[in-house]
Amino acid sequence: MTATMRPNISACPACAAAPAAEALAEQEAQKDVRIALSVPAVHCAACIVAVEKALANHPGVESARVNLTLKRATVEAEPHVMPQDLVKVLEGIGYEAHELDAGTLSATETDKAGRELLMRLAVAGFASMNVMLLSVSVWSGAADATRDMFHWISAAITLPTIAFSGQPFFRSAWAALKNARLNMDVPITLAILLAIVTSLWETSLSGEHAYFDAALALTFFLLAGRYLDHRTRAIARSAAEELAALEVPRAILLVDGEQRQVPVAEVAVGDLVLVRPGGRMPVDGEVAEGQSELDRSLLTGETIPVYAGPGLGVSAGEVNLTGPLVIRATAVGEETSLHRMADLVAIAESGRSRYTSLADSAAKLYAPGVHILSALSFAGWYLYTFDVRTALNIAAAVLIITCPCALGLAVPAVTTAASGRLFRKGMLIKHSTALERLAQVDTVVFDKTGTLTAGAPELMNLGQVSTRDVQVALALAEASSHPLSQSLVKAARDAGFDPAEVDEITEVPGYGTKGLWQGREVRLGRASWLEAPTISRTAAWLKVGDEAPQAFEFIDRLRDGAEEAIAALKAAGKEVYLMSGDTTAAVEEMANRLGIPHWLAEALPADKATRVQAMTDDGKRVLMVGDGLNDTAALAAAHVSISPASALDAARVASDIVLLGHDLSPIGDAVTTARSAIRRIRENFRIATLYNVIAVPLAVAGLATPLIAALAMSASSITVSLNALRLR
Amino acid sequence: MNILAYLIPISLVMGGVGLLFFIFTVRTNQYDDPEGNARRILSGEYDDKPKS
Repeated sequence: MTATMRPNISACPACAAAPAAEALAEQEAQKDVRIALSVPAVHCAACIVAVEKALANHPGVESARVNLTLKRATVEAEPHVMPQDLVKVLEGIGYEAHELDAGTLSATETDKAGRELLMRLAVAGFASMNVMLLSVSVWSGAADATRDMFHWISAAITLPTIAFSGQPFFRSAWAALKNARLNMDVPITLAILLAIVTSLWETSLSGEHAYFDAALALTFFLLAGRYLDHRTRAIARSAAEELAALEVPRAILLVDGEQRQVPVAEVAVGDLVLVRPGGRMPVDGEVAEGQSELDRSLLTGETIPVYAGPGLGVSAGEVNLTGPLVIRATAVGEETSLHRMADLVAIAESGRSRYTSLADSAAKLYAPGVHILSALSFAGWYLYTFDVRTALNIAAAVLIITCPCALGLAVPAVTTAASGRLFRKGMLIKHSTALERLAQVDTVVFDKTGTLTAGAPELMNLGQVSTRDVQVALALAEASSHPLSQSLVKAARDAGFDPAEVDEITEVPGYGTKGLWQGREVRLGRASWLEAPTISRTAAWLKVGDEAPQAFEFIDRLRDGAEEAIAALKAAGKEVYLMSGDTTAAVEEMANRLGIPHWLAEALPADKATRVQAMTDDGKRVLMVGDGLNDTAALAAAHVSISPASALDAARVASDIVLLGHDLSPIGDAVTTARSAIRRIRENFRIATLYNVIAVPLAVAGLATPLIAALAMSASSITVSLNALRLR
Repeated sequence: MNILAYLIPISLVMGGVGLLFFIFTVRTNQYDDPEGNARRILSGEYDDKPKS
């Protein structure tokens, strides 16, 4: 895994066709290499200094800069510096570090849209302050020529500012109108434009009322709402992409017996790929050489490793456990089963977009209502006075005063506060309506392997095994990196056992380890190798000489917080289900351990999705929590979904919320926070409505002045924002 | 009221200068790490001279 940033190369797709250009780009890259590291533990001023110093002291590093907001260190270094060395440097001073894939990250490097919004917001803010100064003097009594001059100066500031800052609304409104729809931006645009037109007209006739300040304040408040909304989503997106960047997509290609590291995208069908123990299959293929065991839990949910030998078909995403395997690729890239599964998700995603957010449904009520009201007041006043100027003035006042400011801030202010809260607890809200959907959930479905369990086996029956057997097994297990062996070593060492003296220990990939103990052959490994009976639990077997084999039974360790999360959900009155692809015995045991009444075992991926769909058809709102490829379809079919950070990329993409830590307990909190967030949003809508109920009659009656409009607009926007901050 | 002929241009220019400074800070990525900047003022490492 390396993450050297070479933007010049990756950003040049035509380079392959132009070798000269590639060589040039290569030269360019030689000068300057940027390495990005994720350093999740930095949290204080001292950490920043320590990390930056340690990195800068490493030979070859030119500069290092920590970004505390992103918990990321960016290093400029000479080309020979390897990211692995920098990771070791940081681990040496006690900071966990991971390399980040440059290609995946560069997408988020510059947040162009956010910067553009910020710029528009700033311009609107500065302009509205200046115009407000002029307006205040008009309101406090400037008259005649002075008032006209102030109005003209205001117009000179307002027109270019609106032309620049109002663009997001104009564009969105135009897009909606072209499709013959109405959205929130249509009344906004109309209000801004009408305010400017009537104010210009009034000013040219030396009129008393001009709404330039209102048009600018409207733009400013609405842009603030947009920016908050954008920022929340940008943070979630960059964190999600950082998760994806942690898996650097590389494969070791075997060409004429030589090993070469290449990006996965370059592997072609028929190529030989080496997968080391602990590595993940980069492509679909067939085992050409080697023997090992495969962990398929992310794809199927089974916890018991599968034996792999020549001729066995493997799928991308499976993890190689014991021996090195050479794979002949049969499907690559988009063709792999991993990708086909991800395509299924894309189909299900489009179904989710049918959910109408609270803001949208409010806009649906609001937009036509405001237009009708303003048109009616225009018609009424025209019939009453036969004066277009008065009628238009009042219509504009109605549009401005029904100002969607508070409505525009009602949702983003609350979701920003709620997402921030949940982010600090280690939850990443990826989808903009995820909180609203989470608040409606009444049924929760959990996957077992990798979600409720940590994916690490735990030795169960150490007390029932004779001391002699434990000592021999410990000696054999210490020679292997297989997860079961590692877990056995840890359990035995913690219990105070010392290994027996075993000689000539060798690992037989795919089977286990064997050695000589007191002249007898001893073997530790899978059941079929030792002619041991099969049992329902995950087990490793020890055979001493010709004695009957002794089982070491393992159970999957529960993830931290799993019990709390389920207890909290049950206390909140949710129905909890457990669905897994694992064996009935294993699932039943887990369900009993956690007190989950409903469970389903040996479920195929399609089974999970159909069950979730069936529950949805029964009118239930399902929250699906899962991590594997076998869960992705169900994750996408559910009303809302959560996946842990350790999940497969496809599962994380399919889910609305990602759990960043190892702890499951935030799930309970998330449901509570989502519910109170929705309560706040509804309150905000009520505040905005209440204010309209008071202000609109004034406007329709022709009593509204620019001063009243400005006061009401600011007051309601600030009330709504403060209400959002009350979120607990 | 002739004072307005000076005061209004002055206020506009001052506002404009503020705006230009803000645009400069946005352009130079000064809002990328607000949390880090808040912490850095507590660090005892002073950089009186510009880094090479």
